[in-house]
Amino acid sequence: MSVIRISDDALARACGADDVASAFAAAGCEVERVSSWGMHWLEPLVVIGGQGFGPASAADVGAILDGSSSKAIGRIEDHPFIAGQQRLTFARAGRTRPLSLDDYEATGGWAGLRRARQIGGGAILEEVVQSGLRGRGGAGFPAGIKWQTVAGAQGPRKYIVCNADEGDSGTFADRMLMEGDPFALVEGMAIAAEAVGAQKGYIYLRSEYPDAIARMQSAITIASSIIAPFEIEVRVGAGAYVCGEETSLLNSLEGKRGEVRAKPPLPALEGLFGCPTVVNNVLTLAAVPHILTDGGSAEYQVLGIDRSKGTMPIQLAGNIRHSGLFETAFGITLGELVNDIGGGTASGRPVKAVQVGGPLGAYLHPDQFDIVFDYEAYGAADALIGHGGITVFDDTADMGEMARFAMEFCAVESCGKCTPCRIGAVRGTEIIDRIRAGGRQRDVIETAPQMHNAPRGNRSREDEVRLLEDLCETMKFGSLCALGGFTPYPVMSALKHWPEDFGK
Amino acid sequence: MSRISEIVSLHREKEGPLLPVLHDVQAEFGCIDGAAEAEIARELNLSRAEVHGVVSFYHDFRAEADPRPVVQICRAEACKARGIEGIMADAQDAAGSRVRLQDVYCLGLCSAGPNARVGDTLHARLDGAKLREVIERA
Ligand SMILES: Cc1cc2nc3c(=O)[nH]c(=O)nc-3n(C[C@H](O)[C@H](O)[C@H](O)COP(=O)(O)O)c2cc1C
Ligand code: SF4
Ligand code: FES
Repeated sequence: MSVIRISDDALARACGADDVASAFAAAGCEVERVSSWGMHWLEPLVVIGGQGFGPASAADVGAILDGSSSKAIGRIEDHPFIAGQQRLTFARAGRTRPLSLDDYEATGGWAGLRRARQIGGGAILEEVVQSGLRGRGGAGFPAGIKWQTVAGAQGPRKYIVCNADEGDSGTFADRMLMEGDPFALVEGMAIAAEAVGAQKGYIYLRSEYPDAIARMQSAITIASSIIAPFEIEVRVGAGAYVCGEETSLLNSLEGKRGEVRAKPPLPALEGLFGCPTVVNNVLTLAAVPHILTDGGSAEYQVLGIDRSKGTMPIQLAGNIRHSGLFETAFGITLGELVNDIGGGTASGRPVKAVQVGGPLGAYLHPDQFDIVFDYEAYGAADALIGHGGITVFDDTADMGEMARFAMEFCAVESCGKCTPCRIGAVRGTEIIDRIRAGGRQRDVIETAPQMHNAPRGNRSREDEVRLLEDLCETMKFGSLCALGGFTPYPVMSALKHWPEDFGK
Repeated sequence: MSRISEIVSLHREKEGPLLPVLHDVQAEFGCIDGAAEAEIARELNLSRAEVHGVVSFYHDFRAEADPRPVVQICRAEACKARGIEGIMADAQDAAGSRVRLQDVYCLGLCSAGPNARVGDTLHARLDGAKLREVIERA
């Protein structure tokens, strides 16, 4: 009988995949644990001879085996959610056993690294620049240019640091890649090391991802002789969102408080322990092995639109029916993602708002659904792509509450280095509360006779709205990093599109 | 040799050993208190202020141990969109004073929330009843 394939990705396991796997084993089947296809609404997904069944529970095992199961979804590869994707970074998703070197080699693994070693540093840099690959962590900075800076910098040592802090709500592609295809990240880091002349790499991995930590540690041990003399070490974060910001991350790696550093100096010139350092997101590094295969960079470069080249692993999250990982070339519209691919909300109610780009990203209104997935198009709409997370809300969402949460989150996670963020975020939550309460009375201090300059009347809701706008302006232009600087996006977009949720 | 010096010696050769040391101390003692900070500082030739500054910065480190079991509940946007706030009352009720509920912001299961974590075990697609059960079994 054919082998039963079930994912051992953390999401599949959290939905009960281990129980399903044991039930098949108990029924005498051979079970193989593979990576996840990324069709999360169907997890745990059982695949037998290319045919899928899901979401499966242990109770479904008998029916699946005798062919009578109502959970059958047909051939996986023909499923519209999979057939509609262009998977480069996630080419192995669902198809290989994550820690099997045989599976990795058989699907083109190490070809990029082998070729990189043949063509040498200068040529690697050229190909990465030519591919148009931009950083997938949020800022979208061209990876090749960053690498060239590090390659040209002088220093006693150089480092490759992988940013695996993935703190943005609504994102999980880094986690899926590390759990499902860890050698791809190892290979990408080894190629980066070859390109810039680094000896040591660190993966800064958030403590919220226990499965990914264990998986990456195993992968590094298994692949150590392949990447030698380059060495990689996993370092576990400690629950601070701001440590995803690259300079805060470097401080944290050095064993310091995760406070953001002023730039310049750029980490590329003075990064970890003052040495030239490449800091790249997991997805950026994992895109590199494909780009370095023969003809890979040209193939990458023709995908996408304008200055957004290649593919983006987009994460469909929140209240969406077909949730999961959807990798596609840049240029797809938000409406296609949410309605056509995502199938609308999971609750079946109308879509109210969509947050793109994590907690610092704007809330978009269904009226804006024709916006195309492209760094510049989102920037022009006061929004951001960030790490590619898309979180859908139905009409029960209270956007005033969400705006307040954005400020609260910023206050909790602020590193404390600059005032607009550290103090502004606290004041922001208070002002939103007052807006929702319809304004406020003059307080004791304002009514004191010596307060000549204090306003004479009570503060109306509109006064408080102006104050919030003013505060957001200050945070946007006065903050050192994007935590304080971008928190105004979700706040102001919520206020603009859903004023009725702010007591109007 | 004290247990803390043993932990420090495991990591001494690393570049920037403080975070790995703190993780191990936190895991073993359930907290990093003043005495532990002082000993770690001595062992690594840092000032106590430096160590305290780091301990107090990160959400994962605690100054005092709490013997109660911990259930982490994701309160971030995608889990809010899937209804976590509506079942928090059930959670608090089930936890009472026996279980410590801790808010976390994203467990990376955002397509299948509401989500919770107990130790290294993750739970997805929770509703009020299932979250209760997770907490009661913690
Ligand atoms: C508050 C904050 C949090 C961030 N979190 C992450 C993160 O979790 N992962 C990530 O790759 N980049 C994150 N970034 C972006 C990084 O600072 C940096 O741009 C990125 O690691 C560079 O890699 P890339 O060019 O490959 O994207 C964050 C930035 C800010 C301001
Ligand atoms: S904006 Fe906030 S998180 Fe960023 S440096 Fe300033 S205080 Fe720190
Ligand atoms: S938002 Fe809850 S797991 Fe990501």
